[in-house]
Amino acid sequence: MIPTREEMCQALEERHGKALQQKLSVATVAICGLGGLGSNIAIALARAGIGKLILIDYDKVDISNLHRQQYKASQVGMYKTEALKENLIEIAPYVQIEAYTLKLTEDNTVDLLQDADIICEAFDKAEEKAMLVNTIWEKLPNKYLIAASGMAGLASANHIKTRQITKHFYLCGDEASDVEDSIGLMASRVMLCAAHEAHMVLRILAGECEV
Amino acid sequence: MVKINGEELDITGKTLMQYLLTTTYNMQRIAVERNGDIVPRAQYDNVVLNDGDVLEVVSFVGGG
Repeated sequence: MIPTREEMCQALEERHGKALQQKLSVATVAICGLGGLGSNIAIALARAGIGKLILIDYDKVDISNLHRQQYKASQVGMYKTEALKENLIEIAPYVQIEAYTLKLTEDNTVDLLQDADIICEAFDKAEEKAMLVNTIWEKLPNKYLIAASGMAGLASANHIKTRQITKHFYLCGDEASDVEDSIGLMASRVMLCAAHEAHMVLRILAGECEV
Repeated sequence: MVKINGEELDITGKTLMQYLLTTTYNMQRIAVERNGDIVPRAQYDNVVLNDGDVLEVVSFVGGG
């Protein structure tokens, strides 16, 4: 039996307090890339009661994603937007989801992200991370932007941190562990970095903009 | 002196691009902030570094 919207809302208000939950429930957060970072960020935010998620990814779920991304073996071959939407609705049936199966570029970024209060960069490739950050900085400079760099391998969990770089820009990760130089990405360390991003989203929405 | 990523450098008067070309940064993987404001990529050639400027070059690594 799935709880009603009112029951879910009440349960969240009891835990977070009514004032905070109202801020979360009217917020729109965009997640750019739905891999190890993005799928985990989305689940954390949907559980926390964020009102609307904008999900962007062009890729399909691959067997090589299952070791760290929040998809199921039965979802291999599905677009990540569709698979994640399915999983999020099971967890948080009343979260609004706007999903775009496409590649984010310098040209479509403004149209897709202008309604977001906060944008999470969750791409895999360093060049795409830099492209998105530079594009947001130039075209949507007043948006809060949280990006990630450095979470590969088995180095200490305690090296992953959040740093505020400008008024609206935060960077999560150890800023060093490149996936190309390591054994690859481990679910636990990517989740840590995703949790840093998701947590900074919640702090900003709560009015706690310092790290 | 100009402070970049915490290091004091004697590069006052150079452009940001002139500085970047002396480094090993991959231009496709960086984002630059100066005195709390972002520097658009298209401005790297035009931004002249002043005495007392504080910059941060964020160099992304892969993985996500």
